[in-house]
Amino acid sequence: MKLIIEQILNGLTIGSFYSLIALGYSMVYGVMKLINFAHGDLFTFGSYLGYTFLVMGTAYVTSTLGVWGGMAAAMLIAAAGTGILGLIVERIAYRPIYPAGRLPAVVSALGASIFIQNAIMVIWGARPQAYTSDVIPNYMLNIAGLRINLLQIIILLLSFLLMGILYYVVQKTTFGAAIRASALDRETAALMGININLIIFFIFALGPALGGVAGVMVGIYYRKISFVMGWNYGLKAFTATILGGIGNIPGAMIGGLILGVLEMLGSTYISTAYKDVFVFLVLILVLIFRPTGLLGEKVAEKV
Amino acid sequence: MKLKSVNGYERKFKEKNNWFIIIVVLLFVLFPILIKNNYIIDVAFFFGIYTLLGLSLNIVLGEVGLFDLGHMGFAAIGAYTTAILNTRFGIPVLVLLPVSAIAAAVFAYLVCSPIIHLRGDYLCIVTIGMGEIIRLTLLNNPFGLTGGPNGVFGISFPCIGSLLVVDNSLKYYYFVWIVVGLSVIALIRLQNSRIGRAWNYVREDVIAAEASGVDVRYYKLLAFILGAALAGIAGNIYATKLMIVSPESFTFMESCLLFCIVLIGGMGSIPGVFIGAAAISLFPEIFQPFAQYRMLFFGAVVILMMMFRPGGVWPRQRGQMEIESVFMRAKKSVM
Repeated sequence: MKLIIEQILNGLTIGSFYSLIALGYSMVYGVMKLINFAHGDLFTFGSYLGYTFLVMGTAYVTSTLGVWGGMAAAMLIAAAGTGILGLIVERIAYRPIYPAGRLPAVVSALGASIFIQNAIMVIWGARPQAYTSDVIPNYMLNIAGLRINLLQIIILLLSFLLMGILYYVVQKTTFGAAIRASALDRETAALMGININLIIFFIFALGPALGGVAGVMVGIYYRKISFVMGWNYGLKAFTATILGGIGNIPGAMIGGLILGVLEMLGSTYISTAYKDVFVFLVLILVLIFRPTGLLGEKVAEKV
Repeated sequence: MKLKSVNGYERKFKEKNNWFIIIVVLLFVLFPILIKNNYIIDVAFFFGIYTLLGLSLNIVLGEVGLFDLGHMGFAAIGAYTTAILNTRFGIPVLVLLPVSAIAAAVFAYLVCSPIIHLRGDYLCIVTIGMGEIIRLTLLNNPFGLTGGPNGVFGISFPCIGSLLVVDNSLKYYYFVWIVVGLSVIALIRLQNSRIGRAWNYVREDVIAAEASGVDVRYYKLLAFILGAALAGIAGNIYATKLMIVSPESFTFMESCLLFCIVLIGGMGSIPGVFIGAAAISLFPEIFQPFAQYRMLFFGAVVILMMMFRPGGVWPRQRGQMEIESVFMRAKKSVM
């Protein structure tokens, strides 16, 4: 019983990383109908930015900001840096290519992904880096016999808070309605007076920013980051996006959490080696029986 | 009457290009004789392997427009079939060439049957999942067959008795390019057949194709099966050349590179596949001196390519010619 609860908690933690990354995929796909393959690498970039801040500024962090302040500052810096990079990628790699159609844009996204990944390797080196323990201490808690890491709780709460804010903005405000309208039909939305450029700016800044925060969280949680981890996390997060229904923002959140929990339970009760196989199998089964994902609506096809 | 005129155009196009094709073929035949550098010949061999893989993905992605980002999985099936049957049972590698093709094709049939109705990005993610499942399964050494992360090693050379043993770079070079040549001939015949036309119809407009009585499901599956078979052949040759197969050769990244091959060259264009494969396989070699910066360049070049030639370097000509011929006939009848 204890094991189950611990594993579900671990699963939710990993799942919240997936959710935060998946939100970026989903928002971009919703409005642009583009799979932003560079998103996983933007996430890695955020992780490295946080690392740089925490390690280069260790003295400053420990003396003035304190542990929590340091983490918060790292997340803010990562979010800002990744958001800006996201906008640059959109401007350079996607905007000139939209008119040519969807497939060239996908290839360009792959190119951008390869570029960013290798740029990270050139800047920070090919060896994995570590968030050191003097800026990120361990706080193991013992609650009713369960061994829980305090950082895990904080990561969970913070990601739920971020997702909650995003959910509120997208589902309840006028601006959110504009985003949803653009996702349904970009041309018509533009004709109704929605500033599409502002929406694109927003999604390409906010999506990667959330990914950057997730990057710092992964660094805090696992301590070790490497320049290739974007592929793996990106793939899982993209899977989560599809699982929840692509383009659907609550779907991405739920898809990520489900995926994380499935992964942890699969690795506990089935086999650690086959946990990813298990995840992808579930995805394929869901898609066979519900081709639009868990929360995706069936849309009548326009001919 | 209508078809005749279209074919007339094609014949003209072919005649114009006959000399070009002869020169290219001669270049491929003479190249290793002129350049006696084994390293360069090996690079040309891998160029051939990538061409073969590109051609196989071109059937699925280029001809039918199905997003397949797990295509390396089929090559893995072919390579591992060869490796396991050869090392365990000593079956000659050349006999295993068709066996790998059939194994990959059967696998594609079984796996793709339930998912073939998915469209666009959903198919894309399912094929990614499929490719990853294959790779992870191979990595985990099921039944002690695949050797886990180390893979299977000690695959023998392809040979016909003791008459002809393919055992050096030069022979491998000719081996792979003969297979590529035969595949190209077969694929061109396929492009001009009823099947090829049905494929392109499905790619351009699924609903219209279905409405005109094209069995969409059948033709999509056929594309996957043929593409997988060709990838299986490529996997077989790859396995015998390296004499070892391991899961790290069949990653998601490799599938993405194949995707780039088809789109850099131009969807459904066979000469385009050659150009794309050349870009993918030769680029890292040419930029060897820049070591860690080369993939950085590669990413930038891919973006620039899509910016300036989004249709690919050598787009498929056929569609345009047909429109032209119909258009000209319409003009004539007006006059």
